[in-house]
Amino acid sequence: MVRKAVLYVLLTLGLGVVVTPFGWAVLSSFKPEQEIRQSPPTFLPERPTLDGYRALLDQMDLFIVFLNSVVVAGVIVAANILFCSMVAYALTKLPFRARNIVFALVMVQMMVPGIVLMIPQFVVVANLGLVNTIFGIVLPYLVMPLGIFLMRQFMAEIPDELVHAARIDGAGEFRIFFRIVMPLCKPALATLGLITFLTAWNNFLWPAVVAQTQDRYTLPVALAIFSNHQTSQYGLLLAGAVVVVAPVLILFLALQRFFIEGIASTGIK
Amino acid sequence: MAWVFAAPFLILFVLMYAGPLLAGFGMSFTDLRSTDVQNPLNVNGVGLDNYQRLMQDEAMRKAAWNTFFFVATGVPLTILLGLGAAVALHSGINRARVFFRVGYFMPHVTSIIGIAVAWRFLLDPESGLLNQGLGLVGVDGPAWLAEESTALPSLVVMAAWRGFGFDMVIFLAALQGIPRDLYEAADVDGAGRWATFRKITVPMLRPALLFTAVYSTIGFMQFLEEPLVMTQGGPLDSTLSASYAIYKQFGVGNYGYAGAAASVLFTVIVALSFLQFRMLRPKHH
Repeated sequence: MVRKAVLYVLLTLGLGVVVTPFGWAVLSSFKPEQEIRQSPPTFLPERPTLDGYRALLDQMDLFIVFLNSVVVAGVIVAANILFCSMVAYALTKLPFRARNIVFALVMVQMMVPGIVLMIPQFVVVANLGLVNTIFGIVLPYLVMPLGIFLMRQFMAEIPDELVHAARIDGAGEFRIFFRIVMPLCKPALATLGLITFLTAWNNFLWPAVVAQTQDRYTLPVALAIFSNHQTSQYGLLLAGAVVVVAPVLILFLALQRFFIEGIASTGIK
Repeated sequence: MAWVFAAPFLILFVLMYAGPLLAGFGMSFTDLRSTDVQNPLNVNGVGLDNYQRLMQDEAMRKAAWNTFFFVATGVPLTILLGLGAAVALHSGINRARVFFRVGYFMPHVTSIIGIAVAWRFLLDPESGLLNQGLGLVGVDGPAWLAEESTALPSLVVMAAWRGFGFDMVIFLAALQGIPRDLYEAADVDGAGRWATFRKITVPMLRPALLFTAVYSTIGFMQFLEEPLVMTQGGPLDSTLSASYAIYKQFGVGNYGYAGAAASVLFTVIVALSFLQFRMLRPKHH
């Protein structure tokens, strides 16, 4: 009994430490600049205000930047749902001599560090004339290895007889893929969609390299550039941080089961 | 038909991964600069010059040392926090487990920029919550991110805070996979809590340990976003990491030189991962 109580106290303290930076930022984003810097600090905003958010709207083309982030994330999610599933289908349900080689390539892509690829990838994008375009921002992420991995694991569980039976009935592979296999993969697709959305939404370095004018920035890029120039205006920056983080946190809290179990399953196998 | 289904991956792999990987390696033996990208005829081979220059570069040496520090402190800290949280959540906490698990995992899914803003605010020398709290107990907290001695450890703690939830999820899944009868057998034999943990739990967690060790090492070897958004590598290069140094060379257009540094980093990462596989792979019984 005592042991359990001690555990709960420790876990709660730990949770406090983990959540404080967020909680404090959210609360402070609703305080006027002066109250933010006040000592000793106030816990709840004494004079709640939206000044920070207003300043953000004034000084940043928030609508365009938000829209860019949504488009980038949307394209990446859609592409991964389709392409990762297609590769996984080839790897699990189609006779394929080079199966192991293709899977090895997936693993290679997963292992190669981003910074090693960044410069030559940028040279490729520059040669394709895609610098400062949304397509250039999404291009390296259209088929992510983690997604292939996830879908392959799930599709391996689908009985081969199902696919064979459809083949005997004369159905083509695309028809089997879209009509039979994909509908069975819905839970895995939800996980895949969520993981790719989070990755795409939070991605910072590559978009910061490819996007060069404000009308192509994604939210994290815009906020990063902003925070380098406006180091003194905490109200504004905290409001920006809340706008970047909130959509992801809401989505994560709502769908956390898919996400955490997806991560756990890729780790053990 | 299989090739058709695999085509999207294969095309992208060649165009954006295999091609660039080889090109980056090739680049490292040339004097390629950003201005040469449009006319490749200006590029000259320079042999191993870039690699030699790397050895003598003061900033690169500093970056290598800092990266070593990041890995040597950040990896164990992240894994220990993750393991501790997982073991605590696995010992009879049933009802609130999901709640804690979600809370601890939260920083991992949050944008680094959002985190940077929140942490810079938290660590602010005057109005930051940390120094205000320290002030209450009579301690005069330093300017964490502005002093050479505290900036690097601050970033390590922040990175561990951000990453341990991931390790926790991996460990928790592994703990749940350990057969119950192993513990019952140990109980019958009269083994104590600590002995059970050492003799059963830790060996059974070997694959999970390997995975998290390799994963966090690769992560910390590429440490870049944290210093980039928190300190810009300062003060006095004290938080400059290897990846950040490469990124900076890219920024000033020295593609060939940056390619050489990236090739060295990649080699070290592969060697380290290989070493960890050798050390931590499951033993055959």
